[in-house]
Amino acid sequence: MSNKKSIVDIPTVNKIARLSRLDIPEKNKQSLTNDLNNILGFVANLEEVDTSNVEPLASVTGHKLPLRSDIVTDGNMEDLVLKNAPESSSGFFVVPKVIE
Amino acid sequence: MSDLLKYDLLGASEAIKSKEISSVELTNAYIEAIEKTSSLGAYLEIVKDKALEMAKVSDENISKGVSRPLEGLPIGIKDMFCTKDIKTTASSKILDNFYPTYESTVTQNLWNDGAVMLGKLSCDEFAMGSSNETAAKGNVINPWLKHKKMSPGGSSGGSAAAVAARSALAATGTDTGGSIRQPAAFCGITGLKPTYGRCSRWGIVAFSSSLDQAGPLTRTVSDAALMLNSMASYDKKDSTSANLNMPDLMSYLGNSIKGKKIGIPKEYTQDGISDDIVNFYQKSINWLKEAGAEIIPVSLPHTKYALPVYYIIAPAEASSNLARYDGVRFGQRKEASSLDEMYEATRGEGFGDEVKRRIMIGTYVLSSGYYDAYYLKAQKVRRLIKEDFENVFKKVDYILTPSTPTTSFELGKKQDPLTMYLNDIFTVPASLAGLPGISLPIGLDKLGLPIGIQLIANSFDEPGLISTAHVLEKSADFNFIADGAAK
Amino acid sequence: MSETSKLKPGHIQGETGVWEMVIGLEIHAQVSSKSKLFSGASATFGAQANSNVSLVDAAMPGMLPVINEYCVEQAVKTGLALNAQINNISVFDRKNYFYADLPQGYQISQFTKPIVGEGEINIDVDDNNQTTIGIERLHLEQDAGKSLHDQHPSKSYIDLNRTGVALMEIVSKPDIRSPQEAGAYVKKIRSILRYVGSCDGNMEEGSLRADCNVSVRKAGEEFGTRCEIKNLNSIRFINQAIQAEAERQVEILESGGEINQETRLFDTSTGETRSMRSKEDAHDYRYFPDPDLLPLEFTDSFVQDIKDKLPELPDFVKKRLVNEYGITPYDASILVEEKDYVNFFEKAATGGDGKLTANWMISELFGALKKENLLLSNSPISPETLGELIGLISKGIISGKIAKDVFSEMMISSKKPSDIVKEKGLEQVSDDKEILKLVDKVIADNQDKVKDYLSGKDKLFGFFVGQVMKISQGKANPGLVNKMLKENLK
Ligand SMILES: [Mg+2]
Ligand SMILES: [Zn+2]
Repeated sequence: MSNKKSIVDIPTVNKIARLSRLDIPEKNKQSLTNDLNNILGFVANLEEVDTSNVEPLASVTGHKLPLRSDIVTDGNMEDLVLKNAPESSSGFFVVPKVIE
Repeated sequence: MSDLLKYDLLGASEAIKSKEISSVELTNAYIEAIEKTSSLGAYLEIVKDKALEMAKVSDENISKGVSRPLEGLPIGIKDMFCTKDIKTTASSKILDNFYPTYESTVTQNLWNDGAVMLGKLSCDEFAMGSSNETAAKGNVINPWLKHKKMSPGGSSGGSAAAVAARSALAATGTDTGGSIRQPAAFCGITGLKPTYGRCSRWGIVAFSSSLDQAGPLTRTVSDAALMLNSMASYDKKDSTSANLNMPDLMSYLGNSIKGKKIGIPKEYTQDGISDDIVNFYQKSINWLKEAGAEIIPVSLPHTKYALPVYYIIAPAEASSNLARYDGVRFGQRKEASSLDEMYEATRGEGFGDEVKRRIMIGTYVLSSGYYDAYYLKAQKVRRLIKEDFENVFKKVDYILTPSTPTTSFELGKKQDPLTMYLNDIFTVPASLAGLPGISLPIGLDKLGLPIGIQLIANSFDEPGLISTAHVLEKSADFNFIADGAAK
Repeated sequence: MSETSKLKPGHIQGETGVWEMVIGLEIHAQVSSKSKLFSGASATFGAQANSNVSLVDAAMPGMLPVINEYCVEQAVKTGLALNAQINNISVFDRKNYFYADLPQGYQISQFTKPIVGEGEINIDVDDNNQTTIGIERLHLEQDAGKSLHDQHPSKSYIDLNRTGVALMEIVSKPDIRSPQEAGAYVKKIRSILRYVGSCDGNMEEGSLRADCNVSVRKAGEEFGTRCEIKNLNSIRFINQAIQAEAERQVEILESGGEINQETRLFDTSTGETRSMRSKEDAHDYRYFPDPDLLPLEFTDSFVQDIKDKLPELPDFVKKRLVNEYGITPYDASILVEEKDYVNFFEKAATGGDGKLTANWMISELFGALKKENLLLSNSPISPETLGELIGLISKGIISGKIAKDVFSEMMISSKKPSDIVKEKGLEQVSDDKEILKLVDKVIADNQDKVKDYLSGKDKLFGFFVGQVMKISQGKANPGLVNKMLKENLK
């Protein structure tokens, strides 16, 4: 996490915004860039912690992943599934045409 | 009518059970209080008809001699909880017009236990914030210091403001890095974040899945115990839910803490804490000593890395959790000619600045080339933080810290994101370790703003947390009411 | 002989020399579960749009995944059948990307710690080529939904029925060297899946799909840059796509170009591959452990219990067929592709000639069924009647040539071969006197050819055999005809 890495510029913001599917107005890009740099600068002090023999911690729960039985208990609720859809037609969700 | 607002949750419960008051009367008093305090902006949605319907059922139950643990008690629900057929937005524009077809486990537990639903409470958008200034529908105002517009804290700002303003007898909150405890402290009420896994996350809009935890915001420690009794449950629908029974927390009220060891972490007394808070922290230590507890200085050496860890992990998880808000199956859509443009426009318009900022940070720290340096590193330091607590809990039973470095601040005073993040400096470490914590009011600062103190317990020791907090509550004898509260 | 016909499969003759293909396969096999990997909705194929969808599959706010135990068992079972390392601790990761049929905005998959690690399987390409293909890993993941692009001029329609259905992704090492090997590999994987019952292997319904990673290199050189051809759902397409892609790459490299690492689609109408996503849109999936799930952990005894219940696997059955029936390893490998092939074969071969039975089943019966578009389970010829036919041949009652006619009749009428032979009087003539009569007649009728033969044109012997067989209507015992012609052409 060298300082080099933490320097976010506008092209980086564009790339990250694209990955995040966020439309960022041109006029906001500079201040967003500054914010990101400030935050990344703030978290950079983690670099000083020696973690060479430390396992990453993803979950604090002490238990094992519970397993469920293979039984059909859900579904058959097209109406509820589609109820909040901005656009639907004959039982399908509808989106602008996707070209592969 | 105003007499009815004097009851706390436990008091109202007893009054209803003894038929001293009816739930309909009480509910009507709260509906009136909501109207009176509407300028605070705490409620996003009020469900008057539903509330009265539920209250009527409760009164019928009482007349039949049936009474569930929360029978007839009117409460508010943070807008992060999905409530069936009641608009749920997470205070975001992107979820405007979202009517869940399902009820979150926690709220279902509350209704099953007889609670009465008053409405949905504002919060920071997607629970991202510490001032309730990121809500799409506007700020929530802290009922304290009526002459100024103070922040109620966040993200459960609407919940804390409503309880402090007496427009809800109690409220639910969610806490990811301090979002129950910090607003509770700012609003002079009690807020409890249970052990991660105590309350099911099913049906709660996810912010950061490895941290999010629901809990109560109440007037008193007893109320918190009463409400958490109902909120907590093992839920097979949540793989991270703990399969452990919660002992009846009410039976731990009034227990002595004689001989209990209280840890005072040296890392929590640093620059930037207001003098009033330092003073009351010292007072709290003395009260616990007087109650027979042993005070032990301890060290949590990785404390200063907690916020950086949090501001990597929470945005990373959020960037992924919020990907589902894409305008396809629910929520607002901004039309465009291609799918990708539709996504970008929908999310660009639907999310506010703070949410976008966190999604950007989260995407960045997970992206190729940066994952190891940021996300993986943060997960490793998170382990060290958890181990700090494990080591300390070998020596002590509870840890006492201030809840926040400062009391409430004025709304609208432009604060940059980083300064805002510092609000959670004392609450975030326990969140990262999954530990239960409670904030309770212990006094007022020079300006007349409430000061909160935080107790942290070992995993699943909510019973002990309640006992200790109850002792502290008695000593502090905080009986101030916000000047902006309904009367 | 031309130079190209000497080329081995998987080799391409270019201007600059011979190129070799390097192929790795990612097979997506749908787990044969009733419900989805992380939700209780049905995993059935072909239901009404969005009916097999739960709120979890639709990624409604606050919905959470809970894993299906059966799917975990099937992954372990399949891993054991692939002779692979079973990982008692594995982790589910989120693979983040936006797509209309991906409601969560991420696919729950396994990235750094899959449930099954390295293994290997043997494949048979033909009689002379048996080889081992390494398995890199097998992991569990969610399927995506389905987008329909042809319902509306400017809209796509989304059906989430498949969303969240459990898939096993089986990744091979880049050990495959020809389209033929790729086909044999897929067949072998499919038969293993069917033997253990973890996937129905139905490629038409999409229960089994393959992504092919293809690169080319000169023999002995480092691996070249690869391209991935997505979602191939038949062995024929896998063959065609790999060949076309490898040829495309050779052409580019020989004209001084470079290969872009990219995802491509196989266009079945043109037989060519085309680029699927532009380069600047390169994906960054931002994998990280799914915080809604914990690591998947199980004990050795959980694995042992599954191992104890593992059925006979194709390799074991193959060895048995070779040993018991004396058939070639290649024929055996074809027969073990499907359990019902083996059952049919073993019934048909009772008491008869195993080798002959295998030949007839593979070349005649499978060919005829394919022509009629029939499955073995609907064959008009039963194992019993095929067995009887083999008996008639090996006892010399009918010749192989007559047997083919009888076989054709059996395909149509399902009659017993002995009845057909009797009805049509097709028994083989093996009577010396009868045959001598025919031999004499052919010699008498072709005196000029006899002269030529005796003056040294040995090749003419075949002509005499053919004439005798012809006037016997194919019923003469060919061995006797040979013998008697030799004795009498003097
Ligand atoms: Mg793949
Ligand atoms: Zn895959």
